Amino acid sequence: MDELLKILKSNALETNEDIAKMMGISEAEVIARKKEYEDSGIILGYQAILNEDKLDTDLVQAIIGVKITPVKDGGFDNIARCISNFDEVENCYLVSGNFDLIAVLRASNLKGVARFVSEKLSMLDGVISVETHFMLKVYKDKGILATEEALDERLKVSP
Amino acid sequence: MKNLESYISDKVRDVPRSGIRDFFEIVAERKDVISLSIGEPDFVAPWHVREATAYAVTNGATSYTANLGMLELRQEVSTYIKDKFKLSYNPAKEILITVGASEAIDLALRALLNPGDEVLYHEPCYVSYAPVISMAHGIPVLVETNVKNNFMLRASDLEKKITEKTKVLMLNFPTNPTGATLSHDVAKELAEFAVKHDLVVITDEIYSELTYDEDRISVANFPGMQERTIFIHGMSKAWAMTGYRIGYACAPNVLIEAMMKIHQYTIMCAPVLSQKAAIEALKNGDVHVAKMRDEYHRRRNYIIAELNEMGIPCHTPEGAFYVFPDISKFGMSSKDFCMKFLNEYDVACVPGTAFGASGEGFMRCSYATAFESIKIAMKRLRHFIADIS
Repeated sequence: MDELLKILKSNALETNEDIAKMMGISEAEVIARKKEYEDSGIILGYQAILNEDKLDTDLVQAIIGVKITPVKDGGFDNIARCISNFDEVENCYLVSGNFDLIAVLRASNLKGVARFVSEKLSMLDGVISVETHFMLKVYKDKGILATEEALDERLKVSP
Repeated sequence: MKNLESYISDKVRDVPRSGIRDFFEIVAERKDVISLSIGEPDFVAPWHVREATAYAVTNGATSYTANLGMLELRQEVSTYIKDKFKLSYNPAKEILITVGASEAIDLALRALLNPGDEVLYHEPCYVSYAPVISMAHGIPVLVETNVKNNFMLRASDLEKKITEKTKVLMLNFPTNPTGATLSHDVAKELAEFAVKHDLVVITDEIYSELTYDEDRISVANFPGMQERTIFIHGMSKAWAMTGYRIGYACAPNVLIEAMMKIHQYTIMCAPVLSQKAAIEALKNGDVHVAKMRDEYHRRRNYIIAELNEMGIPCHTPEGAFYVFPDISKFGMSSKDFCMKFLNEYDVACVPGTAFGASGEGFMRCSYATAFESIKIAMKRLRHFIADIS
């Protein structure tokens, strides 16, 4: 992966000036390359990674395995797009194994998930079955551990 | 009983206290210091290595191993050295697993030196080289490196110090504290020097995985060198496994056998759990090493850019995780500069003199520190030099 993308993936808030210093290139070049990635759709956006367990909300997340019937011409794509378009769906993947699609869903409460699954998802043409797994606790998200960082126990000076 | 002091051997009494020790005691007293003084990675050992350690102990890996180290580990080392350095060593008899690269250096010197034998080593350097040569009853002969040569050692400098008693040439590239590496031509020149004078070469390659802009090169790669070289490496730096204490020496069987004699009677073997962990690290650790190296690379570039902006001269180190800026223009000794910076801005850098008198006018800043801390430290350095300029 390109160095600039690696840096942004690990901290998108890194300033252009600091990135330029890290990469040994000019700030203008950093700005231009970032824009290129944004324009070409390689960078889709920048978001904060939250530890939502620490937020006092009833927000519910569920991972839903979906079996579908592929259709002529569209294959899995048509229905996958249709599912992805729902605002409640945060991620949607075509996968191998027992399911065809895995969707990650967010809703404000349990009922919200139930309603989405029973009234929207299951009703879609081509959906054969769904299996819903409620998320209970997040241990790691986007490569970041949700637990507290270990203390630095190194000696303050060493040869 | 007489004064206990008088029982200490002359050899040990004569070894000066480490310059870094004084500084450590001052820094250790203080809270909330940003330390750029640490000679070990800020990463913890990769999880798969820690998990393998736990698995090993759970399954009862608690015994001694072969003196040379576990054969499986020696085989992994052999494969790794072949792959990365294009050097072939027979795992059955040319590789010795030690307690850190430090033990390997000590063993090599003790195996080679008779009282009065001279050892050429380059300064500024890791704090223990001269003492460990002395304690092995050798005579440390220092050869200064300087910023004009990017702290590379030159054969012409060595020629001035060679005598009939010179037996060993000690090298450490990339170098702690300067981050210097050898260019292909200079490595060749040093190799030719060693061959010409028929010296044994001890090369401490502990930082060799952490080279940034050029391909790694070892003196052992040149004609006539492998047969006279003790190649020392270990898991501490690139795999972030300092506390595991696993190093190794690769050398012709005669030398390994001699080192092994000392090792077996003093240490017996390196700790089995650490050896198990090292096997896992060498088998599956490449991706982690690369990731850490990338991170160090970014930090190095950042610090160098910052120092340039501040107008503090600093050669760009090609390896290790240290920068060695020239602070002589501020008109203070290295020690005074570092103490003042510590006292006024709570940032600890090590005075260059801790690594030999030739380090005067420089300080060592380790970038084995979280990037956010490095940013703060550089801001403070800006303020500090504005104060004193």
